[in-house]
Amino acid sequence: MRRGLLVLLAGLFAFAPALLSDYWTTLLDYIGLYALVVLGIVLLTGIAGQVSFGQAAFVGLGAYATAWLTTAHDASPWIGLLLGLLVTAVFALVLGLITTRLSGHFLPLGTIAWGLALFYLFGNLEFLGGFTGMSGIPPLQVLGHELRSAQSFFYPIWLCVLAAVLSIQWLLDSRSGRAIRALRSTASMAQSFGVDTATLKVKVFVYAALLAALSGWLYAHFQRFVNPTPFGLHVGIEYLFMAVVGGAGYVWGALLGAALITVLKQLLQSVLPQLVGSSGQFEIVVFGVLLIAVLHGAREGIWGWIDARITPLRPHRRMIAAAAAPAARARPAPDSVLLEVRAARKTFGGLIAVNDVSFEQRAGEILGLIGPNGAGKSTTFNLITGMLPLSGGEVRFRGQSLAGLPPARIARLGIARTFQHVKLVPGMSVLENVALGGHLRGGAGFVRGMLHLERAEERLLLAEAARQIERVGLGEHLHTPAGSLALGMQRIVEVARALAADPTLLLLDEPAAGLRYQEKQALARLLEKLRGEGLSILLVEHDMDFVMGLVDRVVVLDFGVKLAEGLPRTVRDDPVVIEAYLGA
Amino acid sequence: MSFDIALFLTQDGLTNGAIYALMALALVLVFAVTRVIFVPQGEFLAYGALTLASLEAGKLPGTIWLLLALGILAFLFDLPGLLRQRRARAALQSATWNLAVPLLIAALVYVMATEQTARPVQIALTCALVVPLGPLLYRVAYQPIADAPVLVLLIVSVALHFALSGLGLLLFGAEGVRTAPFSDASFTAGALVVSGQSLWVYACSVVLMALLYLFFDRTLYGKALRATAVNRIGARLSGISTVFAGRASFLLAASIGVFSGVLIAPITTIYYDTGFLVGLKGFVGAIIGGLISYPLAAAGALLVGLLESFASFYASAFKEVIVFTLIIPVLLWLSLRTHHDEEEE
Repeated sequence: MRRGLLVLLAGLFAFAPALLSDYWTTLLDYIGLYALVVLGIVLLTGIAGQVSFGQAAFVGLGAYATAWLTTAHDASPWIGLLLGLLVTAVFALVLGLITTRLSGHFLPLGTIAWGLALFYLFGNLEFLGGFTGMSGIPPLQVLGHELRSAQSFFYPIWLCVLAAVLSIQWLLDSRSGRAIRALRSTASMAQSFGVDTATLKVKVFVYAALLAALSGWLYAHFQRFVNPTPFGLHVGIEYLFMAVVGGAGYVWGALLGAALITVLKQLLQSVLPQLVGSSGQFEIVVFGVLLIAVLHGAREGIWGWIDARITPLRPHRRMIAAAAAPAARARPAPDSVLLEVRAARKTFGGLIAVNDVSFEQRAGEILGLIGPNGAGKSTTFNLITGMLPLSGGEVRFRGQSLAGLPPARIARLGIARTFQHVKLVPGMSVLENVALGGHLRGGAGFVRGMLHLERAEERLLLAEAARQIERVGLGEHLHTPAGSLALGMQRIVEVARALAADPTLLLLDEPAAGLRYQEKQALARLLEKLRGEGLSILLVEHDMDFVMGLVDRVVVLDFGVKLAEGLPRTVRDDPVVIEAYLGA
Repeated sequence: MSFDIALFLTQDGLTNGAIYALMALALVLVFAVTRVIFVPQGEFLAYGALTLASLEAGKLPGTIWLLLALGILAFLFDLPGLLRQRRARAALQSATWNLAVPLLIAALVYVMATEQTARPVQIALTCALVVPLGPLLYRVAYQPIADAPVLVLLIVSVALHFALSGLGLLLFGAEGVRTAPFSDASFTAGALVVSGQSLWVYACSVVLMALLYLFFDRTLYGKALRATAVNRIGARLSGISTVFAGRASFLLAASIGVFSGVLIAPITTIYYDTGFLVGLKGFVGAIIGGLISYPLAAAGALLVGLLESFASFYASAFKEVIVFTLIIPVLLWLSLRTHHDEEEE
């Protein structure tokens, strides 16, 4: 139904050049050119959380590459496109390797800096025509036709936009896309399921830059003249405005924002000079005020505002075909030593958070790591999962040392975890969140995801995710956005996500914290069931009642030191433990 | 390069660097207290210089209308809260600061603008007219979303820069201005000629920095602002209003901006959009200081001034490219050094 409507609209849109005046067709061409860039910003900024003010500079690279090649060397525009994409890819790769490593607000500041630097570079290089620019760029030729009019240019532009929209939609619905959607607010979670977040950010950055360069190439042959002005920092900021006003988290927000700002700019440019009695770029005043108003009133942009009202919490339905489970890991022999922590030590400056703690976890058991607040439980947990580096001692998993391994590598060995503060991607469905847990069980990358060449593997991953959701008993919530579930259920979703990784060892970080009594009971039953199925579980918890009824053995920590270890019964009666918990 | 040229470039770089350092201090101050990366800081410099130039020419500065309009807007922003609370004192306060005071200043400037007035009076009027824009802008643009993530506040800053630079063109026109120097004296030391105005710039920058230091180190208000910078919630719990802290920091930043504009207008031609690049260079300096340390930010800004000066000698066309490329390795170094919790957004 929705799809039919879209096709109908797209069909109507295809006739736009025939129906509209030159003026409006030209405007639509520009909207398409801008939308290409803004689509990249939506992916980069709205979805992956990397703010860039510098996209206009990439448009410039695409435009200047073809302008120079076609005028100075009489090359074909298609070679110009190749060169533009290549140059942009190289630039974006280098800038991306540097800038995506910048954290927080350093990233947008970095983009401002290279946005400005590239602008001045365009303006000061003799062979690029300096600030006066380059003219005489040949028109595009498609199948023997020269594209000289706004009408004829409409089709290549909007075909590119269509391809960009589809590629991004498809990408977001793939294995890589789930990881990208986790980058913004839950990057450390993604790492602990094997996502190489640094590389992924660079890929997103390069793709957004290539879309901008494509727009630049089209622009150069459409205008047939380039100068530095449309590639300056202020235009880069305008692109970001389009994304934010339209709705930076939404693919359709890019089109809406590009259309809105472009049309508004036209209107203002014709009205404002008469209004104020002199000429100048007064529309930027209105844009500035408009953007501030949008950020005050509707931070998700106009499309986000509409989306929240029309379809509150619309479940994102995905077809789940019956599929075999992806390959599973070889299980360790029951009761063999799985995890060895030997004299593990962690110091923060002068504070010894974990002081030579040693214990073992055997296959098939639930081991409880307990202790009062500040005992060093979570630090020990982070040492095992690679979130913190060891200051001394050793952690071995199935005989292999984990020292120095990043979380993503540790995940690969078969350790999956949950988080004390639930880390789900709130906008993704339960199914997609859990499928992210199986990230390492698939291999399809960015490009295959974008082209939907990984559907067979994707079916396997989704079917496996659905299976794990059934296993933890949340079968009826498959398509519910994870953010709308109660905390107790979110914890269970985290368990399902960890299970989707096919772990040998499941690490649970305070899973009962903040849960109500019934929720704790349900969680305990689930963990018992998983143990029954042969899974090994390490549980960090300070809720004694919850732990004592459930675990096979406990390790008690206090002030970073191991106080006791053994069966729940004996530990409970240990006077040292009682003293630690109740005070002298 | 001869020694004389090097000396000249150094002097030129230090003069600009002093102004960048003032910008950098204001940026660090605003960021520390409010987490706002105040991109429009440079606009205050331009507004200050252009307002002074208008007064000097005996014209009515356009900022007068902006002040009145922003005052009314700020009052309208206050209005819903005032109607809800029904507290006469709060209403009176809001009306005084947002309506009465701007009106009074505007009236004063209106009367004095066309008169022949002494230079100090013109500077005082410029400050009275432009500085209140700082806290008013904070009220209108930032206060409603004071708890938003840094990135949202940054985008608001950029939007505000757009609006202010467009308004600058509207209010002052596209022509550049250069005001009369504070002193015509010049001093010769060997081949080096130091203008009196440069000395003014150095002296005023140093005095201003010293005053800032005393303010933050010795006064209760200064300590309150520092407390807010360290821990917003903690400051609020100990009775420091974050709204007050925000407005106070914007007041200080605007004062520094206007004062820098007044200082530099006799040396450089100022256009409505000059402030942006000056502010950004202050920014590069502030970033070298990690947006945290005042002395480091000032030192970084001086470095930017020197680099720019020498770059303009060797590769004049590429001086902006060089200055802004410099920031990237610095940013990288900072990111690697400071551990950021990526989940905080």
